[in-house]
Amino acid sequence: MSHTASDLGARHRGSAIARNRLPKWTPLAIAAGAVVVGIGIGAGAGLDSHVQWGLIALILFVAGNYVVTRVADGPRQAKDRVATSLVYACFILAIIPLYSLIETTIAKGVKVLDGNFLGHSMSGVLGTQPGGGVYHAIIGTLEQVGIATVIAVPIGVFTAIYLVEYGKGALAKAITFFVDVMTGIPSIVAGLFILSFWILILGFGFSGFAGALALTILMMPIIVRSTEEMLKLVPNELREASYALGVPKWRTIVSIVVPTSIGGIITGVVLAIARIAGETAPVLLLVFGSQVINNDPFEGPQSSLPFYIYEQYNLGNPAAYDRAWAAALVLIILVMILNLIARGIARWKAPKTSGR
Amino acid sequence: MDTTQTAEAPPPSPPQPPADLDQGVQQRPVLRVGDRLFLAFSGGSGILLLVVMAAIAGFLTYRAVNAISQDHGNFLTTFEWNTGVTPPVFGIAVLAFGTIVSSIIAMAIAVPVSIGIALFITHYAHRRVASPLAYLVDLLAAVPSIVYGLWGALFLVPHMNGLDLWLDKYFGWTYIFDQSAPGSAARSLFTVSILLAIMIIPIITNVSREVFRQVPRMHEEAALALGATRWEVIRLSVLPFARSGIISASMLGLGRALGETMAVATVLSSSSVLSLHLLDPQGGTFAQNIAAHFGEATDFGRDALIAGGLVLFVITLIVNGAARLIIARRKEYSGASA
Repeated sequence: MSHTASDLGARHRGSAIARNRLPKWTPLAIAAGAVVVGIGIGAGAGLDSHVQWGLIALILFVAGNYVVTRVADGPRQAKDRVATSLVYACFILAIIPLYSLIETTIAKGVKVLDGNFLGHSMSGVLGTQPGGGVYHAIIGTLEQVGIATVIAVPIGVFTAIYLVEYGKGALAKAITFFVDVMTGIPSIVAGLFILSFWILILGFGFSGFAGALALTILMMPIIVRSTEEMLKLVPNELREASYALGVPKWRTIVSIVVPTSIGGIITGVVLAIARIAGETAPVLLLVFGSQVINNDPFEGPQSSLPFYIYEQYNLGNPAAYDRAWAAALVLIILVMILNLIARGIARWKAPKTSGR
Repeated sequence: MDTTQTAEAPPPSPPQPPADLDQGVQQRPVLRVGDRLFLAFSGGSGILLLVVMAAIAGFLTYRAVNAISQDHGNFLTTFEWNTGVTPPVFGIAVLAFGTIVSSIIAMAIAVPVSIGIALFITHYAHRRVASPLAYLVDLLAAVPSIVYGLWGALFLVPHMNGLDLWLDKYFGWTYIFDQSAPGSAARSLFTVSILLAIMIIPIITNVSREVFRQVPRMHEEAALALGATRWEVIRLSVLPFARSGIISASMLGLGRALGETMAVATVLSSSSVLSLHLLDPQGGTFAQNIAAHFGEATDFGRDALIAGGLVLFVITLIVNGAARLIIARRKEYSGASA
């Protein structure tokens, strides 16, 4: 009996299902080989771009993988291997520039980033001189984003409440569709709209508030979308329980629905703030830019962090580039902190039911 | 026995309410002041959004018509953008070409790569690697476009020279990759396309990742049970299910690429030349044109720029609307709302 069993086992090991076992390290070995040959060809042919070396190695790797697997395991496994290597290649291909972006910004940004840079404006500093700072731009960004948030959050949240709690008819459908479409409005178009409406037709001057209005337009649809998703997650049982106790609908929304989803709503708001804090185009058209500190967002030109980066970049000299990088680093840190806060709130206030 | 029951299980209390209800329930329509106010507020906010949307279209059209009526060139086919001279001559031919070509190339690069990354995160990477990765991609989607622009202009452009020369040398015969002046700075539409691709990869990846995650496990397990390899599982169960989600994710990315301003404005050295030589520093896009000309524009020049913005608005409206309609047909992709 035992003899037959082992016989069976042997036959199984030999069959098509069980046989296809190249050792696990094969792809790694092929990858290493491809890299070596790629570098060899690259150096031998005198190609000076390392990107080309990498590409040659990549092509060799995919081809080698295919051939080896096809010979050893058959075409289906070979296709699988190629797909796997392509997926890994995509991943590496995309990580390189994204890594480089972060690395460059940090490496170049820390050069002039210090307390002096954060605490001073560009007042009295020539564009070609080193020195100066970003204080006026930070003030501008905070005020503009703050005003935009104050306007956009109530409108956005109430619209979402309408869509989830009241909306059923054609109006709700129209709002849903146009909110979706509005999410995709290019920021510069929002800027142009405020320009034509607020400045050219109503005749107000360039100011931080005009920029904030454009940011509001960009922010509202984002908040509507995220709040809507969160309100939809509130179980209907909670609403029904509240109605059953005779609580009016609006009280149900205020004291049951919104508090239940408040974590998600705040997360959405913070993410929206992070998103608009980096918008340059509308600000470029509407706040005019300034080298000095202007604490009044309603009167006179202001600056903002993204605008400052663009301005310094356009000056086109090493000192200005340094300032641009440093401001970019400040902006990225600001956005990342907002993102982390949003994640933190999301985790902290996550609905208790989903954890278990 | 009574006491033990109430102590053990609260549920027995429900039998009592009917007595209460009989007294309390009256047949009156319940519409309190608070309810009315709340409905008015929330409905009003929704209507306000629609009004804003209509106002954007209305005001842009109003200013644009004003500008186009005084245009002494054909608005659609004129190459140059001269609004400061009398009579003004400006048109969107170069801008439309640049916008569409750069977006298409960006899509051609970004869509396959994004699908690859999304598959990597959902189906290939180890769980412990996957969630920080997903988080990283989330963060990258939040990097402001001006930072991409700065990086593109100061880092990517110098590093594109080698690739440009190589393309010119070996693929110059395609006409597209022929450089008129080999070695010129890579402030070209091609570099813009690559930068746009890098920018929209996190966006497309995020949305398609959500869609891949919603593929029913049973579909995949059924395919596995039939002995499918991992690639066959993806091809047979994941991709067909996610197709419309991928399309709408790509459209969202396309909308972003079409309207991107700062990254193009910093990288491209623009000119009113329409040419298929993609490696030459020339051309322009709608958004870049607005950012570049706004500073020195006269009142009329601003109206002309608004006319350009209106065209961009209509294009993105169509692209985004189409994406949403595709999603609407498959409601289950709630993740596609990102």
